[in-house]
Amino acid sequence: MAQVKCENVSLAYDGMKIVSDLNFEVNKGDYLCIVGENGSGKSTLVKTLLGLKTPADGSISFGDGLTQDEIGYRPQQTSAQKDFPASVLEVVLSGCLNKLGKKPFFGKSSKQLAEKNIERLGISNLKKRCYRELSGGQQQRVLLARALCATEKLLLLDEPTAGLDPKVTMDFYALISELNKSGITIIMVSHDINAAVEYSSHILHMSHKPLFFGTTEDYVKSPIGKAFIGGDE
Amino acid sequence: MDMTFSQFLDYFALPFIQYAFIVGIIVSLCSSLLGVSLVLKRYSMIGDGLSHVGFGTLAVASALNLTNKSMFISIPVVVLAAFLLLRLNESSKIKGDSAIALISTSALAIGYTMSYTSTNSSSVDVCNFMFGSLLTIKKSEVLPSILLSVVVLVIFVFFYNRIFAVTFDETFAKATGTKSGLYNMLIAFLTAVTIVMGMKIMGTLLISALIIFPALTSMRLCKSFRGVVISSAVISIICCITGIIAGIVFGTPTGSSIVLCNLLLFLVFSIIASCIKRKKAV
Repeated sequence: MAQVKCENVSLAYDGMKIVSDLNFEVNKGDYLCIVGENGSGKSTLVKTLLGLKTPADGSISFGDGLTQDEIGYRPQQTSAQKDFPASVLEVVLSGCLNKLGKKPFFGKSSKQLAEKNIERLGISNLKKRCYRELSGGQQQRVLLARALCATEKLLLLDEPTAGLDPKVTMDFYALISELNKSGITIIMVSHDINAAVEYSSHILHMSHKPLFFGTTEDYVKSPIGKAFIGGDE
Repeated sequence: MDMTFSQFLDYFALPFIQYAFIVGIIVSLCSSLLGVSLVLKRYSMIGDGLSHVGFGTLAVASALNLTNKSMFISIPVVVLAAFLLLRLNESSKIKGDSAIALISTSALAIGYTMSYTSTNSSSVDVCNFMFGSLLTIKKSEVLPSILLSVVVLVIFVFFYNRIFAVTFDETFAKATGTKSGLYNMLIAFLTAVTIVMGMKIMGTLLISALIIFPALTSMRLCKSFRGVVISSAVISIICCITGIIAGIVFGTPTGSSIVLCNLLLFLVFSIIASCIKRKKAV
């Protein structure tokens, strides 16, 4: 069974239908890239997957042991976060909130999980540093560690490399790829079509109609894929 | 200084001074804790808006000769206004800052019109509501204030981790199953209660300083959320005590003395922060 399955989903923004008949599924271990022009409904789809919005039509179902609140979301950065006084450990630990249940404070297991993910992303040396003083790439790693605390199953990344320099971006893609190989499903919204083609296993190309959903291999050969990749170079 | 030390100590035997200290300190503590979240969520102006609503209710209460029960009238009205402001903020039909201006000016106008036309209240009352006064704290209000602040503190500590998550990243918190709307309402509720408690000492125009200043001051230097929370609480209490004492010694109004202490500390922290930055850059 698929972890996420979209059937005939329509998305609306401010009452205007922007996408209709969206069909795709994501299976465990997939690496799906969602590409498309600005305004094609990528961010609306992300919000719908997270349950922050309801689809105008159709259904989204979760399976294979995944529930909607187990999606590790890495949102686009807000302006408020840029001067937020919080230590790296505090930010990562806040990802464990959905394991807290009704308890008010984090227990030992949450703290261990946070430590483990901090180590996993190679930011142990930054643990006590202030989040706002970190570089863009370091902040990305912190937010990823937080997302990993919330889930071990699926990461949803909304334009994670926006504003990063090329070297850091490459490192970041390598890191995501590594996480994917360790069994975590990845869904990434991206503007970077070349990286999408290089790393992903599946591509969803969104436009006013979902123009393409399939494996990356097929996408490269398809007319729309060829046009989009060609146009980007 | 035109008083001796023993004269100064005599003041502390006066019941109304003791009440002012008790209420002042607990209000400072509550407002500084909530202030951290409000400032970081860009909600500072909600505090300001609510204090104007509070003024409106106080003025109406005094016009109707209900001054003794004003707290019990103010709290529900201000809480209601807080929820309304949050809703308006989210619906985005009227943008948050205009919504606050809309509600606060309306409340001011209603309050002032009521007290101006009523024979029960005087311009002294209005001035007290605006800038606060030590003398207005009554014995009957001390115990409710203590109880309310205990409620605020317990809720804040109990939900500390959730408040942090909702403050830092509401979308993430929501996506991973935290009911962020509920916690936003909780923050607004606690803020409303705190503002009503503090309004009498600080006055309508100055109560929001109590919410904003300690958090902003702490943010100059502290590097963790917990650090900011603890430092805000300490700064706020120190400024409150210093402000009330300055008020007694120099005869200055309490509310504005407390705000000036806060301003002074803010400037000191800012200078220290920029010195540290410059040192690092060298």
